[in-house]
Amino acid sequence: MRRSSTFLYSVLCFGYAFLYLPILVLMLYSFNNARLATVWGGFSTRWYSALLENAQILDAALLSLQIAVVSATVATLLGTLAALGLNRMGRYRGRTLFTGMIAAPLVMPEVITGLSLLLFVSLQELTGWPSSRGANTITIAHITFSMAYVAVIVQSRLASMDHSLEEAAMDLGGRPFAVTLDITLPLVAPAMAAGWLLAFTLSLDDLVISSFTSGAGASTLPMVIFSKVKLGVTPEINALATIIIGIVTVGVLIAGWTMLRQQRVNPGH
Amino acid sequence: MTDPTGAKTPGQGGACSGTPWKDPGQHPFIELQSLSKRFGDFAAVDDVSLKIYRGELFTILGGSGCGKSTLLRMLAGFEQPSAGRILIDGVDITDTPPYERPVNMMFQSYAVFPHMTVEQNIAYGLKKEKLPKSQIAERVAEMLQLVQLPQLAKRKPGQLSGGQSQRVALARALIKRPKVLLLDEPLAALDKKLREETQFELMNLQDQLGITFVVVTHDQEEAMTLATRIAVMDAGKFVQIGTPSEVYEFPASRFIANFFGQINVFDATVVASDDHFLTARLDDSNTEIRTRDHQRLAPGTRCSIGVRPEKLLISTEAPAQDGYTVTRGVVEDLAYYGNRSLYRVRSQNGRMIQVSAQNYQRSSELLLEWDDEVFLSWHSECSVVLSQ
Repeated sequence: MRRSSTFLYSVLCFGYAFLYLPILVLMLYSFNNARLATVWGGFSTRWYSALLENAQILDAALLSLQIAVVSATVATLLGTLAALGLNRMGRYRGRTLFTGMIAAPLVMPEVITGLSLLLFVSLQELTGWPSSRGANTITIAHITFSMAYVAVIVQSRLASMDHSLEEAAMDLGGRPFAVTLDITLPLVAPAMAAGWLLAFTLSLDDLVISSFTSGAGASTLPMVIFSKVKLGVTPEINALATIIIGIVTVGVLIAGWTMLRQQRVNPGH
Repeated sequence: MTDPTGAKTPGQGGACSGTPWKDPGQHPFIELQSLSKRFGDFAAVDDVSLKIYRGELFTILGGSGCGKSTLLRMLAGFEQPSAGRILIDGVDITDTPPYERPVNMMFQSYAVFPHMTVEQNIAYGLKKEKLPKSQIAERVAEMLQLVQLPQLAKRKPGQLSGGQSQRVALARALIKRPKVLLLDEPLAALDKKLREETQFELMNLQDQLGITFVVVTHDQEEAMTLATRIAVMDAGKFVQIGTPSEVYEFPASRFIANFFGQINVFDATVVASDDHFLTARLDDSNTEIRTRDHQRLAPGTRCSIGVRPEKLLISTEAPAQDGYTVTRGVVEDLAYYGNRSLYRVRSQNGRMIQVSAQNYQRSSELLLEWDDEVFLSWHSECSVVLSQ
C-alpha cells in the first residue's frame, strides 16, 4: 500500500508540475530585470510599467475586451433562442437536422471556419454593410462560432430540466410566452451565464478567426502578442501574461465560490 | 374561463353525496365522449366514454402504459385528443388551451418551481389571473393554513422534505379554486407511513372543498381507500367502472380480480343457469355450487369460480350450515400474523388455495398445524363467476 501511494503521489506531482511549471516560470520571468528572457538579472517591476506605457498593447487589450463583451452577449441571446427552438417547440420536420447543424461549428477546424467567414465578410464590399472590415467583422465572426457553444450548453440544461415545471406553470394560467419568462429562463440562467463566460473566453483568446476577418487597423490582443512573439519574446509579454493569469484566477475563484454557496443554500440542485 | 373575483365558492354542493351515477336525472360534471388518443399506430386511449359527477373522488387505476396518464393529460390540455370531446360542467373544453381550462393538476414529480419560495409558488396561479396583491397575499396565507405550512412560507423548495413539497404542489393547484383537480400518482413518491396520513388528509380536503378530484394511480390500495368510484383501465380502455367494493367483490374478470388483491380460482362446469343464478360443478370436489350470475352461460360451459381468501372458512370438521360450498384439502403452509393467519391449502386436484383467517380465539398454540386435513367452505353468495 505504502509503495503504491508513493508512486501515485509522484505521478500526481509530475502531472501538476508539467501543467503549471511553465506558467510559474513565465510569471517569474516577468519580474526579471534583464532584457533577455532567458537570463535572470535580478528582481524588477520595470516591465509592468513599460507595459502600461505601451499604447499598442493597451489599445489591443481594450479592443479585445469590447469585442468579447459584445459578441458573448449577442451569442448568448441567439444561442439561447436557438436552444429553446430546438428543445421546447415540440417535434417538427428537420429538428434533428438543425440539432446536428448547430453542433457542427464545434468540431469544424478553425482555419476552415475562418476562411469561410472571410468569404462571408468579403460580401461587405458588395452590400456596403458593415462599412469596413475591422472590429465589426471580427465581432460578427465571433458571434457566429460562439453562438454554437452557447446553444449546446443551454440545450443540455433544457434537456435535463423537468418539462412538467413548464406544464405546471401553463396549467396555472401562464401563457406560453409568460411561462418562458417566468420558469424556463430563470432555470436556464446558470447555463446562459456559463455560455456567456465560455463565449467571452473563446472570443478573448481567438487568433485564427480574428486574423481572417480583421481589416487594417483592428488588432486584437492575441494578434498583437502573436506578431510580437515572432520578433522574440520580450519580458513585457510575460508581464501581460501574468496579469491575464491573475485576472483569470480571480474570476475562476469567484465563480467557484458562488457556485459552492448556491449549492449550500439550495442543496437539491 | 377563469373568474378574477374567485366568486365561485367551492363546497357549494359539498362533497359527492350518495350515488349520483345511479341517478339518471343527474348531470355529469365531467364527460368524456368517445375519447381517443393515437400515437402513430398505437392507441394510448381507445374510444373511451365516461361520466364523472360533481364532488366525486374518481380514480383511474391501471398498470404502466395502460393510457391513464395520457387520459389525465388530455383532461389538463397537454395532449390533444385524436377523436372525441371533453366536457366540463357542460362546456366543451376539447380545444381550450391548458392555461384557460377550469382545471388544475398536481404533477407526479410535484413540479414545484425551484427558484421560487413556497409562497411564490402558491401565488403563481393568482398572479397570472392578475389579482390585486392584497387579495393574493390573503388567499396564499389562507391556503398555507389549509395545508399546514405557514411556517415554511419563505423557504425554497430545495429545503423541503418530500411530504412538504407534496403539500406545496397541492396548495398551488388548489389556490385557483378549480372546478376539477387532477392528481397524477399523488402519493407514489411518499414513504408508507406518510402515504397513509396524506391519504386521509386528501380525502378530508376534498370533502371540505367539494372540488371534483380525478386521481390517476397504479396502486390499487390507494385507489380503494381514496375513491368514490374506480375505473380500471387496461390497454387504453376501461375494463370496469364501479365503487371500490363493487370492483373488489364483483370483479368483472380474472384480470381485475387479481389486480385487487388475492383471489382463489376454482375450475367448474356449468350445470344450469337462468337470469339470476348459475349452478356449476366444481372439478375439485364434485360438489355443486349455486351462485348469483347474470351471464346465462350454457350448460356444459367451463367457467371459473373466484373466492377471496378472507371469504373462505377453514375447519377440521365439515360445516353443517346450508348454502355453503365445501371442498377439502391439506394444510401445506401457514403464516401467523397475530391478528390473522394465512394458510396455503393444497386442494384435492393439487391447486393451491389461500385462506386468510381472523384469529378470533386466544390460544398460545396453533389451532391448525402443517399437514392437517381440513375442510374449506364458503357461502355461495361470496363467490363470483369470472370470465376467462
